[in-house]
Amino acid sequence: MAETETTPPQIFALGDRALVVEFGRTQTAAVIARVRNVAEHLLAHPLPCVTDVVPAYAVVTVHFDPIAAMAHYHVANPLDAMREAIAGAIAKTPEISKRRVRTIEIPVCYGGEFGEDIEVVAKHCRITTDELVRLHTTPTYEVAMLGFVPGFGYLSGLDRKLATPRRDTPRKRVVTGSVGIGGDQTAVYPMDSPGGWQVIGRTPKALFRVDDIASPTVLRAGDHVRFVAIDAAEYARTKAGAR
Amino acid sequence: MSIEVERAGLQTTLQDLGRTGMQHLGVPVNGAMDEISHRLANLLVGNDEHEATLELTLNGPTLRFTEDAVIAICGANMGGSVDRQPLPWYRPIRVPSGARVVFGRPAIGCRAYVAISGGFAIEPVLGSRSTALMGGYGGYLGRALKKGDVLFPRREHEAQTIRWVRLLSRSHHGIAFPNWSVSRARMPYRVSPQPVRILAGRHWQAFPVAVREALTQGLYKVALDSDRMGYRLEGTALEARRSHDVLSESVVMGAVQVPPGGQPIVLMADHQTTGGYPIIAVVASVDLPVMAQVRPGEEIQFRMITAEEGYAASTIREHQLGRIRQSLAVKLAQV
Repeated sequence: MAETETTPPQIFALGDRALVVEFGRTQTAAVIARVRNVAEHLLAHPLPCVTDVVPAYAVVTVHFDPIAAMAHYHVANPLDAMREAIAGAIAKTPEISKRRVRTIEIPVCYGGEFGEDIEVVAKHCRITTDELVRLHTTPTYEVAMLGFVPGFGYLSGLDRKLATPRRDTPRKRVVTGSVGIGGDQTAVYPMDSPGGWQVIGRTPKALFRVDDIASPTVLRAGDHVRFVAIDAAEYARTKAGAR
Repeated sequence: MSIEVERAGLQTTLQDLGRTGMQHLGVPVNGAMDEISHRLANLLVGNDEHEATLELTLNGPTLRFTEDAVIAICGANMGGSVDRQPLPWYRPIRVPSGARVVFGRPAIGCRAYVAISGGFAIEPVLGSRSTALMGGYGGYLGRALKKGDVLFPRREHEAQTIRWVRLLSRSHHGIAFPNWSVSRARMPYRVSPQPVRILAGRHWQAFPVAVREALTQGLYKVALDSDRMGYRLEGTALEARRSHDVLSESVVMGAVQVPPGGQPIVLMADHQTTGGYPIIAVVASVDLPVMAQVRPGEEIQFRMITAEEGYAASTIREHQLGRIRQSLAVKLAQV
């Protein structure tokens, strides 16, 4: 491994209630690993006055309550105190995470009524739909970050042969569980939402559980994901069992 | 005791101070757009500031009360009345059993907040009673109120409600309210153009000087399709120095994002947790409630300030709220 070192992070203000910790401008393996570790550390050991810790590709954003921070640090401008506290916590973050990487299997029924755009994608990629399914179920993906809607994980690792531009006109409603390809990314829609990605299949697995406060989303940043092809009968059985 | 929705109004939702702590899972914060009016309404009825209030938008609902209740109305004045008797703003009000509270449209401002003593009996979802309209969870069945919906106050706070009713209705049987109000804590809403203070954003430097000046010197009109997710602004296009590719990352309410067309979008309470457009500026926290009261079609005049100035203004307002909280506690202790 060539890139195990990262430069000290730079911390920028995002308005007066958030600080952005930037570990690099590009997504090297070392930057991604550092982002994960620091976010995990800050989530596991919450700093005073911090309300949210959100990892992305190359940055971790720390949201805080400015009124609480002014009172906590007895200062008129809490930015420096928060910056110091965050820098201190980062210095204490171990270089290597102790967390075991989880691999989550997502069963997908490809094509047909569940994957309306599968032919479009196959045609664009000049492959058969069978080859498309094979290429989509082969890699182990990594959850780069969550965003867009609750539980929506941006997955990295899509086979370049499957990269397909988004639809010209986004759909007003993409159904819960839809598996899509947008550019060189792939993801599952955890809830009905508008969306412009090409839909190639659907999973019966619920990725957002609004009644489970301890773990409302199946995916977390850093998880590994594998797609497993299932047929319509298994889709129906799993869907019924999930209820 | 129940509150029946006889007419829903344009968009009436339950909101509290938001669903924080889960943005790393993609769960948006939601919550009251005008946090100050929400908090004041709660304070006036003796509630914790975290209790849910009703957020009324541009055209308020008609609510029928089946028992005595104490409510407070803050924010935009939507002309609430009972039997054509106007209800005061920024005061606790004893509403008698059977009363039909009718709200209309505000002359100035966009949103009003109605708190009920004891709070609304709504199960928190993921730690908050705020309605997530996009996700369809939280608040009242995850949606805006409809005609026929029924709301209840929280049973566990009944004693508090009884004390407030007693405080307000010593000599009255109908509507009753004290001779004082907290009108001085009202937000400085104006008729358009509304001044809004901003801070330099994360990608401020990526915009040429002329573009930065355009943002603070011109007027920006709030487009008609603006909502709780974001305000689309129409004005001088803001173009970055070069095509500015930004990796998606966490965003905040008040972030002024610039998509390729150059017409900025200000993210509001229901914004998605992440965004991928350059952020030229961020609305100072102290002016988010003002921003929330700007109506579609009205204009905004941005003014650049420093973080220090923003914090100083926030501090003054928190002191004001603190004084109101104290004096209300004194009044309640006298019951």
